[in-house]
Amino acid sequence: MLSYALRRLLLLVPVFFAISAIVFLIIHLVPGDPLDSLARIGSSPEQKQAIAARYGLDKPLLEQYFLWLGRLLQGDLGTAIVLRRPVADLVAQSLPYSLALGGLALLFSSVFGILAGLVAAIYKETRIDQGIMAGILFGSTLPSFWLGLLLILIFAVQLGWFPVSGARNWTALVLPVLTIGLGGTALVARVTRTAMLETAQKDFVLLLHAKGLPALRIQLRHVLRHALMPVVTILGLRIGWILGGAVTVEFVFARPGLGTLLIRGLNQHDYPVVQACLLMLAMAVMLGTLIGDLAQAAMDPRVRSALQ
Amino acid sequence: MALLAVRDLSIDIAGIKPLDGIGFAVDKGEILGIVGESGSGKSLTALTVMGLLPLIGGRVARGSIRFDGTELTTLPEPDFRRLRGRRIAFITQNPMTSLDPVMRVGAQIDQVSRLHLGLDAKAAQARSIALMERLRLPSAATVYHHYPHQLSGGMKQRIVIAMALAADPDLIIADEPTTALDVTIQAQIVQLLVELVRDRGVALILITHDMGVVAQACDRVVVLYAGRVAESHGVQAIFAAPRHPYTQALIRCIPRDGMAPGSLAGIPGSVPSVANYPAGCRFHPRCDRAGAPCAATVPPLEHLPSGAEVACHFAETREVANA
Amino acid sequence: MSADTAITARRADFRRSVAAKVMLTPKGGIAGAYLILLVLLALFAPWIAPYPYDAQNLKIASQAPSLANWLGTDEFGRDVLSRIIYGARTSLSVSVTAISVSVFVGMALGAAAGYFGGLFDRAVTTIVDLSWSFPEILLALILVAIIGPGLHSTMFAIGIAYLAQFTRLTRAQILSLKGETYVEATINLGASHGHIVFRHLMPNALAPVIVCGMLATGDAIILEATLGFFGLGAQPPVPSWGAMMSSGSALIFKAPWIIIFPGLVVAVTVIAINLFGDALIRALDIRARLREG
Repeated sequence: MLSYALRRLLLLVPVFFAISAIVFLIIHLVPGDPLDSLARIGSSPEQKQAIAARYGLDKPLLEQYFLWLGRLLQGDLGTAIVLRRPVADLVAQSLPYSLALGGLALLFSSVFGILAGLVAAIYKETRIDQGIMAGILFGSTLPSFWLGLLLILIFAVQLGWFPVSGARNWTALVLPVLTIGLGGTALVARVTRTAMLETAQKDFVLLLHAKGLPALRIQLRHVLRHALMPVVTILGLRIGWILGGAVTVEFVFARPGLGTLLIRGLNQHDYPVVQACLLMLAMAVMLGTLIGDLAQAAMDPRVRSALQ
Repeated sequence: MALLAVRDLSIDIAGIKPLDGIGFAVDKGEILGIVGESGSGKSLTALTVMGLLPLIGGRVARGSIRFDGTELTTLPEPDFRRLRGRRIAFITQNPMTSLDPVMRVGAQIDQVSRLHLGLDAKAAQARSIALMERLRLPSAATVYHHYPHQLSGGMKQRIVIAMALAADPDLIIADEPTTALDVTIQAQIVQLLVELVRDRGVALILITHDMGVVAQACDRVVVLYAGRVAESHGVQAIFAAPRHPYTQALIRCIPRDGMAPGSLAGIPGSVPSVANYPAGCRFHPRCDRAGAPCAATVPPLEHLPSGAEVACHFAETREVANA
Repeated sequence: MSADTAITARRADFRRSVAAKVMLTPKGGIAGAYLILLVLLALFAPWIAPYPYDAQNLKIASQAPSLANWLGTDEFGRDVLSRIIYGARTSLSVSVTAISVSVFVGMALGAAAGYFGGLFDRAVTTIVDLSWSFPEILLALILVAIIGPGLHSTMFAIGIAYLAQFTRLTRAQILSLKGETYVEATINLGASHGHIVFRHLMPNALAPVIVCGMLATGDAIILEATLGFFGLGAQPPVPSWGAMMSSGSALIFKAPWIIIFPGLVVAVTVIAINLFGDALIRALDIRARLREG
């Protein structure tokens, strides 16, 4: 198991290079020259050339990439063009905010999603199940920025329970976590319910009933235990989805996280900042998938022994 | 008074009636075979006696199931639950899929004795390992800690049997316990079940599609066809003189030593699905002896003086005493 | 009746029966009716909308819903209901166009990768796998930001963001169909690649991919709204649901209806698409095949 985890971790190294190449290519190959955004409107060709030289944009693309990669490996993410500060500092500053938001939203989605899916599965095809499923459908179709604004309107403006925006204390986290978490909850609940209903059809569950175990104990101790394996995998896969949601939600709540940094970078055409944020988010997604896979393997003795 | 007596049992699953007025009885120390092709209602019979019909959305529509003086069809679920695993145990069809794959097999046996006999963890473990040894599982103390996927099919089926025995039941229902196993293991498992009945005096209902297994193990046999009893009698008598054409066909399907290659018979056609049961005798479309009344009227189950029961308009009438 | 007309008739029967199966379920029927209504509203917007979408009247700016303006007015005094009706044109056409092209390209890539295998397959699979590490919304956001805001770049970004999903699903369908006995038999009989792919593989792979595309259209509407919200989608004065919410967000405390109603329409539309898609999945009986992707 440990060697498997190490092997998977090592595999992330080539993935990292591939992702860095994609990030670099997105910025440099997609129509729209970074140079245009750097130079002010009306700059003369000479001025443009000077700027290009300063940022190394006059070199061949491949050379630019390796220069960037070389600096990247030393922890140098470049200098922000507009803010004129090391990008690494900017990222380090905003990362804790995003981690807190993403982590809590993930926790929220897992706890409430599993609970809702469990209840829906136990009361399958009753009013309770239909109610939960309707809530799930609604929750998963709301644009997250809109939900965020709506929550601000109700809980911050009308009721005054939480601050409208910012990140001064923990109360400022409640609404953003809720905004991201509701969508995640819907997803987790749906997967939990489906997995539980599928597991309940299995032969071994019939035999558990035949052994005289109480129905609720079978659901909690055996059926849910099985359903959690796909749920964990999905959670790992969907970390990226939660992060994607976090980008817009941070912006709506004006939280100084990675998402806000990215949006600001995009608006100001500050491509070193955009590159760094993209890279961080993509690596987080890869790590999430890995953690999901490892957790799933740890939960399933069949997978464990296949890995021996 | 038999330990288990089923009378005139019909069940209803979403408006269809896959079992229609079946009946049988089994007593302690006795092995009753329930035989039929797939689709004849054998497994549903097991599920119904276990009280697990609601799991698949079914219910008992008519008839009675009496177990040791208790009427099971009206027994409330909490009481029924205390009976399951404790006094009536179940051995499922496919040992490959019948164990929880993420739980150690020992713990799965322990569950039964801890739940029903109130044993603590240590006592339950000792009991389970003793049972496993009794069922001739090699190095039982080690296997106790294994996960199902680490065991062979035969070993898994022994674990399932150990689970069934863990609370000393009075009645065991085994639903095709050997179908999913290799032929060599099949005989061992059947032999093991027969020994258990003789040693412990439990009642066993052995559900199978294989007349060979019936001949090897059972005392009496009920032949089911399309949710109805076709024939029932003592094993020796039924093999000596099968009365129902379906029973005769089933017996012709048993391979025997010295048979000429290619001479093994089959039964043409297949069991109709519940939705398409024909009128009259449900076997008549496949029967070589069918006549005018067969398509029109349901043959009643006739009780013969010898103890045989048969439902056929043209049944063999030769009487043979059950030796 | 020739064999060909018989086949055509049978196919028409099948289609009719699928349509009937979807529309006769309560959820599928209501969702389908809503979607048809929405498309009609979008098509006939100039005749249906009570006001032109760009009729400004600063005297009635940011007014609450009233009899004259059922859903209120925005910061320029434009009628919110009219703009939602016109906005349906933008939001629907952008999402449907982007997803259709994406489905088409994804099917071509996926089919080629799955059918021919080899190096091409490896390259496609690698890129598809890697693109999983970029959440759709991020990918779209960045593409639009770099290309420059507008409806065309929005379509392009949405199309690219979902391309991997369709490629992956088509490839999986083709691979599983390739293993079927009848396809193997056709290959062994020496049929041409074109014959095998277009006569045997694609028709059978079509249903799951199209249903998946249909469900993705719902996501695309949210994505379009999100891009619009960031000011990257439709540019003023063209109304789109996202753009309406973008300009409305500044006024959320003063005139929340500017943002609440377009958001509700987005939510209801996406729910309708999901319900309709679910009914379609059930009618076509392809739930298991959708998971192969």
